[in-house]
This record gives sequence, structure tokens and C-alpha cells, in this order.
Amino acid sequence: MPEPLDAAAVQARVADFLAAHDPATTDRLEFLRARFDAGLAWVHYPPGHGGLGAPLALQAGVDRAFAAAGAPSNDPRRIGIGLGMAAPTILRHGTATQRERFLRPLWTGEEVWCQLFSEPGAGSDLAALATRAVREDAGWRVTGQKVWTSGAQLARWAILVTRTDPDVPKHAGMTYFVCDMTAPGVEVRPLRQLTGDAEFNEVFLTDVWIPDEHRLGDVGDGWRVAQTTLMNERVSIGGGPLPREGGLIGVLARTWRERPELRTPGLHDTLLRLWVAAEAARLTGERLRQQLTAGQPGPEGSAAKLVFATLNQQISGLELELLGDEGLRHDDWGMRRESIVDFAGRSPTYRYLRAKGNSIEGGTSEILRNIIAERVLGLPPEPRSDKDIPWKDLPR
Amino acid sequence: MTDLLYSDVEEDLRASVRALLVDRSPAPRVLARVESDETYDAKLWRTLAVELGTGGLAIPTEYGGAGASFREAAVVCEELGRAVAPVPYLGSAVVATATLLAAGGTALLAELASGTRTAALAVPFATGPGAPSTTVAVTGGRLTGAVRGVADALPADVLLVPAGGGLYEVEARDAVREPVTSLDQTRQLCDIRLADVPGREIATGDGAAAAVSAGLTAGTALLAAEQVGLAEWCLQSTVEYMRTRYQFARPVGSFQAVKHRLADVWVGLTQARAVARYAAACLATGDPDTPVAVALAKAHCGPVAVSAAEECVQLHGGIGFTWEHPAHLYLKRAKADAIALGTADQHRAALARLVDLPGPLVEGEAA
Ligand SMILES: Cc1cc2nc3c(=O)[nH]c(=O)nc-3n(C[C@H](O)[C@H](O)[C@H](O)COP(=O)(O)OP(=O)(O)OC[C@H]3O[C@@H](n4cnc5c(N)ncnc54)[C@H](O)[C@@H]3O)c2cc1C
Repeated sequence: MPEPLDAAAVQARVADFLAAHDPATTDRLEFLRARFDAGLAWVHYPPGHGGLGAPLALQAGVDRAFAAAGAPSNDPRRIGIGLGMAAPTILRHGTATQRERFLRPLWTGEEVWCQLFSEPGAGSDLAALATRAVREDAGWRVTGQKVWTSGAQLARWAILVTRTDPDVPKHAGMTYFVCDMTAPGVEVRPLRQLTGDAEFNEVFLTDVWIPDEHRLGDVGDGWRVAQTTLMNERVSIGGGPLPREGGLIGVLARTWRERPELRTPGLHDTLLRLWVAAEAARLTGERLRQQLTAGQPGPEGSAAKLVFATLNQQISGLELELLGDEGLRHDDWGMRRESIVDFAGRSPTYRYLRAKGNSIEGGTSEILRNIIAERVLGLPPEPRSDKDIPWKDLPR
Repeated sequence: MTDLLYSDVEEDLRASVRALLVDRSPAPRVLARVESDETYDAKLWRTLAVELGTGGLAIPTEYGGAGASFREAAVVCEELGRAVAPVPYLGSAVVATATLLAAGGTALLAELASGTRTAALAVPFATGPGAPSTTVAVTGGRLTGAVRGVADALPADVLLVPAGGGLYEVEARDAVREPVTSLDQTRQLCDIRLADVPGREIATGDGAAAAVSAGLTAGTALLAAEQVGLAEWCLQSTVEYMRTRYQFARPVGSFQAVKHRLADVWVGLTQARAVARYAAACLATGDPDTPVAVALAKAHCGPVAVSAAEECVQLHGGIGFTWEHPAHLYLKRAKADAIALGTADQHRAALARLVDLPGPLVEGEAA
């Protein structure tokens, strides 16, 4: 195997690329497609799939260099599910054809993705899911209901987990697909959340046809494929690289500095504790990225997501108390259909409320602690009643 | 970004220190020693400092040291914390060494590097961030005064004494060192009295203050590394026990109430490692962010180590409350370390100044 490229070599490629593609004059999409083809999209991906097989830690430097040159962005916040979850799953479990078909438009943002995992009867216990996929000729007929699907209203494609064999224990009978959100039988209905917005949806699937070439991984192997998605989801929620005070703590610290009349000794103590906790979390994320040379996160990533949720909730809670009277005013209860979580751009009450979702989405904090205890520390699992029973006979 | 991982060299160093401690300082021996006349293990310290050469890791080769840095020394501290080893590494190879390096290097530095002598900075172990107040006076080059609660001074040959605006080397045998019945039985403190004792001035004025501050800064950063090792032992031994202890016909570790607490300890420890690595790395390269990194490390790692040790005692049940089980040695070290070189609260107050998050306005003060 050739030596992976080092920082200097990668930066040299960025410079060459920018010399050949002037950000000021190149069309946005054309620029992004060319950047992907040059292997500068996600440098830790393999050559031919938008990467250079370089260490993940070099990505931040590449993104900085492109930003400094005024290059167009793929607006990663708009396509977070694609970048953070669908892409690593397709890379790991997809066929060459699937990688070829899906990864480039996913990265450039031409095609938005959503995640059809949770169901009314299967949340934390995702493996209990009931959406049925039945083989039919060269493909599958899918029927069922998904829920809490963020961004389904904007998505072109979905990652979807289904039940293909109800007669075996739940983990064994699942199969993973890519689902065309424009296919007949896919119906998306908004679900309003406590902020007033409707980022997420109910998605009804009625006899939706999925060709077999859109199956990701083997029949019956859906649970294992879904693990890749979930591990990556936790890392992608918990932590991209940030400068000091880059997260919500920065918003709070700014208010603290600008509004000395609001300060009290008790709030000061809490503020400093949260500053320490946020900075510790930031350095921990940095260290985790340095460890992840291969780019496949282990269960350790669950910690980042757990800490991120707790911190966001505590920081936004403190912000409201600091603001007092102003903390009683909300910006807008109207039902927005955006999928971007604009923490910094909206009112402090929004931050406080939206942060409540952080400990539920992408695996609840309780489930993440279970994962750490069992998969990292090796503590014994709870006695379980569902392990050896066929899915169809489970109590529900 | 700063490298927060361990290099291969550091892992090799860790392995040899750990092997030595497993062989020569297992918990029963540490426990037996705490009630003996010699609470520090002089033989172990010699082997560690001289034969393994860890005493001079942070000392440049021109003084006969290994020419490595406090990054590598931090790995040694992790292992010493994991074993609650009764050796004066922190006091001599870290605090006194950093003080002497900042003071401009003396013949003593070469003796520390070769392991022939041991030194300690004579300030209270509970000294927080900021300049310690001097309690020793100088008249005609002779020192008189007292310093309470000094760590690693009992086995020292030389004391570095801040006195009358300067910094002095004093032969330890010229001082009266009264052993203290210490909370941390594996790092026994002493009260020092100096009665008209000769001293050799090695730094004056701002230079002396800077040298003392450098010593305390290095000590604080590496104490955080010690806390990481200590917390890791507590977590590992508790997890091990929870896997094998059966109650209600199942391993106690399969109960979620227990799991979630240990998961939280693990999260804190994982963060402590990143934070402590960052502080050691900043210290090693003279990074301008060092003051923030060190205050952050002590503010974060102290509470993590204490809660790891407290959970260790609690989750071991009755056996965890016995003298025989080593958990209490870790609890005592953890709590003492959380106070030593500044509490978390004191370091948060330091951070408030360093990162511009001032407290409420005091009446009469301008905004
Ligand atoms: C803002 C937001 C966006 C989301 N986006 C998506 C999306 O795009 N796609 C998608 O598929 N899903 C999405 N979800 C769904 C999310 O993954 C689920 O809500 C989550 O997994 C929890 O499932 P549940 O809601 O069914 O709660 P339940 O699983 O019913 O949990 C209820 C409570 O019980 C606790 N609990 C459950 N099991 C255990 C256990 N074993 N031990 C201890 N406590 C337990 C939980 O922690 C929780 O507090 C989103 C959720 C939110 C809030």
C-alpha cells in the first residue's frame, strides 16, 4: 500500500486545484463536482470517491483552505444526513455501482438524503421495526410507517431499514435499502415539534417499489449495515472540528461579556463550569478525530454525542436565566419547514427548546450510556427476553 | 492542532514504568508502607529515576538529562497515579526540575538528571494558581521561617525555598522536617522549619517569582496526568468487579443504574485524557496557551478523579470500605490531588481572568 499523503502534499493539491479552477469565475456546481473528482471532497475517502485515502485529520485544513479562497460550499448543514450517515454507509456496504451513482451528487448537495429508520413502534429498539419489504421479481415491495424523519420534505433519497423475515429473531430479519423519495407510494406529512417548526415528518410507504440494485448489503444483514449509520450519526452529531468557544458556549460567553449588568456570582460559577466542560469536550473531539485515521468510528463516538446534548441543554438553560426578562420572549412560533437547526441565528428560547431534541435524536442519552457501558466497558447486558424469539412473536 | 495522542516512544516508556511498578510496588506493598517509618519508597525511586532514567526526562542533554520533555514525563505521572506509587517524582522530576530550568540551570539540575540527588520546592502543596506568599525571611544569606504542608520534601536532599523575594537552595538536612499525618498516605507531607539556615541564592526578584511559577505550572499540568492514571485504575478495577460480582443471580454490572454511572465516569475520563494531554503538550512546546491549558486541566481532571475514586469505593460495597482493599489509597490520593496546586474552583477563577469571563461588577468599579 502506498504511504498516505501528508498535510503538505494535500495542501499542494488544494493549491493546484484552486489554480486550475478560479472560485470567482467557475460555476458553483461545476466547481463542487470538480473538487469531488480531484479527491478534495472528503480526503479520507478512497481515490475515485471524492477522497485521497489521506488521514481524516487533514480534512479541516482542506476546508479552511477552500473557505479562505472564497470557494463555493456544499452547505454541509443542509445535507448533514447525507454526509454524516448515508455516505459512510454507502462507502462501507455499497457496491461499486452504488458508490459511483450516489456519492458525488450527495456530496455536492445536488441530492438531499433523509433517514427512514424510526417507527411508531420502534425507536430506541430500532431492531423491532415493522416496515415490511417483500421480494417481487427483480426488486421489493415496501409497506409501513416511518416517523420523526428529518428533512423528508426536501429529500431525493432515503436510507431505509425494513423487515424482510418476520420468522427469525428481530436482529436477523432486517434488510437495508436506498429508497427513492419520489417513487409512487411515498407520502410525507409534516410533524410539528415543540419549537413550532416541522423539521421532521411522518412518512407512509405504501407498496413502494425498490429495485434490488438499491439494496445495501446482504438480505438479512440490515442490522449490521444500520450500525455503521448509527455510529457515524453519533460522531457527526457530536463533533466536527470547532475553534475554542465555537459552539453554543460562544454565544453565551459573548452575552456575558457584553452585558455586565446581568452577572451574578452564582451564574458566574455555573458559566465557568460550563466553559470548562465545553472546552474539555472540544479537545476530546479533537483527540478522537486524531485517533480515527481509518474514518470508521467505534462506540467511543457515542460519548461525543452524549456530552454535546448535555452541554447544549445546560448552556442554553443558563442563557435564559442570565437574560431574565428577555428570556421570556420567543422569536416565532410559526411552523417552519427548514431542516437546518439554526442555533446561533434564533432567539435564546429557541436554543433552549431545540436542545431538548439533542438527547433524543440519534439515540437517546440513556441508550448511549448503555452502549458505552456494554460495548466500551464490556459490562454484561441486561437479561433480555427478545433475543431468541422470532420477531413476529415479540410482545408489543 | 496539537498532537493529543501518545507516540510509540511514550508507549514504550509507559510499558517499562508500568512493568516496574507492577513488579515492585503492588497494592499490598504500598499499603504496608503507609504505616512504616519510611513512607516513601527510596529503592523504587532510585530504580525509576536512575535505572529507567525517568528522573531527567525533561532535562536537556547539556545537563545530563534525557532531553525529552514534560510530555513524556506526563506519561510517567499517569503510571504513578495508576499505582499510587510512593515516590517523589512530581516534586523532584517535575516541580523542582521546572523551577530550576526556569531559574537558569544549576549544578543541582545535573544531579537531578543523574538521580544522585532529589529536590523539592518548599511551598505548601495546596498552593493555588498565582504567586504563593513567602513565609521565610533572609538575613545575611541565612533563612528563617516555616512552610506548612510541603509534598515530596521528606525524601529530598535539597529544598528550593522562596524567601525574601529570592529563591534559595537549602540542604534539606539543615531544615527541620516534621512529618504530617497526611490525608494522602502515599504522598506524605511535612512541615518545614528553617532557623538561621544557610542558603544559596539561585534567582532573585522577578526571576525567582517566574521560576516558582514555572515549577507550579508544570506540577499542575502533570498532576492532571496523574489524575488520569488514577481515575483509570479506579474505573478499570470497578468494571472488573462489577463483571464478576453476582447479586440477584446476575452480575451487578448488568444493572442499568450501575452501568450508567460507570459510563459517566468513562466519559469524564476520556475527556480528562484529552485535556491533560493538551496541557502537557502545551507545556512541552512553550505554547502561549499554556496557562489556559493548565487551568483547564486541573479544573477538569480533579473532579473526574475524585468521582472515579468515590464510585470505586461505593460500587465495591463493604469490601471497598475496608483498610485491606486499596480503593481507599486512591480515594485519599484523588481528594488530596484535587486540593493540591489549586482546587477546581481556584482554577476556574484563574480561567475567568485568562479567557475574559469576569465576575459580577463590584460596586464602585467601572464597567
Ligand atoms: C429532532 C429529532 C429528529 C429526529 N430525526 C430522525 C430521523 O431523521 N430519522 C429517524 O429515523 N429518526 C429520527 N428521530 C427519532 C429518534 O431517533 C428517536 O426518537 C429515538 O431513537 C427515541 O425513540 P422513541 O422516540 O421511540 O423513544 P423510546 O425509545 O420509546 O424511548 C422513550 C424513553 O425511554 C428511554 N428508554 C428506551 N429504552 C431504554 C432502555 N433500554 N434503557 C433505558 N431507557 C430507555 C428513552 O431513553 C426515552 O427516554 C428524530 C428524533 C428527534 C427528536
